[in-house]
Amino acid sequence: MRQKREAQNAEEKGNKERSYGAYFLCAIVFLYLFLFLFEPEKVQKSLKASGHMLVQIFPALIVIILLMALMNYFVNPKIVSKYVGKGCGITGWFLAVFSGILSHGPIYVWYPLLRNLRNQGMKSGLIAVFLYNRAIKIPLLPLMVHYFGIPFFVILTGYMIIASIAEGHIVEMIEGRFSNQM
Amino acid sequence: MNHKRHNNIDNDRKNILISFYKAFKAFGTALPVLLVVILVLGLFRSFVSSRMLAAVFTGELFQDTVIGSLVGSISGGNAVTSYVIGGELIKQGVSLVAVTAFIVAWITVGIIQFPAEAAILGKRFACVRNVLSFILSILVSIATVKTLMVIQ
Repeated sequence: MRQKREAQNAEEKGNKERSYGAYFLCAIVFLYLFLFLFEPEKVQKSLKASGHMLVQIFPALIVIILLMALMNYFVNPKIVSKYVGKGCGITGWFLAVFSGILSHGPIYVWYPLLRNLRNQGMKSGLIAVFLYNRAIKIPLLPLMVHYFGIPFFVILTGYMIIASIAEGHIVEMIEGRFSNQM
Repeated sequence: MNHKRHNNIDNDRKNILISFYKAFKAFGTALPVLLVVILVLGLFRSFVSSRMLAAVFTGELFQDTVIGSLVGSISGGNAVTSYVIGGELIKQGVSLVAVTAFIVAWITVGIIQFPAEAAILGKRFACVRNVLSFILSILVSIATVKTLMVIQ
């Protein structure tokens, strides 16, 4: 009975999200058409840039769909709650920090995977930690060092990890307060 | 015995297919909002130049730090771009605190990605996370540059 209700809720949420996305997509298509009347060259450039971005993120999309499928297969709510759920302890925070640092691709392609994990019991605070730590890009280290130097990179990285954990705790506190009120 | 093993293999195959179907379905649901983000980023790339971004800084330290965070928040795209623009801004005389705030906010705050984040992870989560990231980008930039000054 409970599972049926949960599935129904998930279906409703999915429909809502789909229509929300469709409205936004229509709005942005209209914006493109409108801008095309005044700045056709720039709009063409924008489309090219978007197409280029889509091609660039395609491998990341495939990896994420694969990861989602693997998680659907291997990971169950029990495992999620053990490692990144309510009783995870410090291990969960470490996992969120390091997986955030090691993750690739744009931030938005990770949202569906994170939603799946949250539906299985991942703490919202750890999602915030993961998303914050995506700002630390190890492959881009040489470029950052070139512009700002090694000490800047090391100090900034340290503060960002601390900030991510603080953010995670505050998100957790706020989400907890709201869920208690419900 | 063999019959049991066959059944297990069949079940496994079925479960793998269901897992993939669920993954594609979840991703398909999120696809329109992700496309919106990509299309808005495309507009941003061709309509906003680094010179336009540099023009909004005033030269006053704290004000510039907040402006850096604001500009970083409403900008978006690859982190590489933020480093390159940050380098350009420093060359044009913008303070390191403001540029750091700009870089940190560029990746941690996502106004362009907000519709996608709110639709997929929830409005309250997206609001709280982005507001906190904005405030933290200012604090992190001040702390980083102050520490750097003490060390050097």
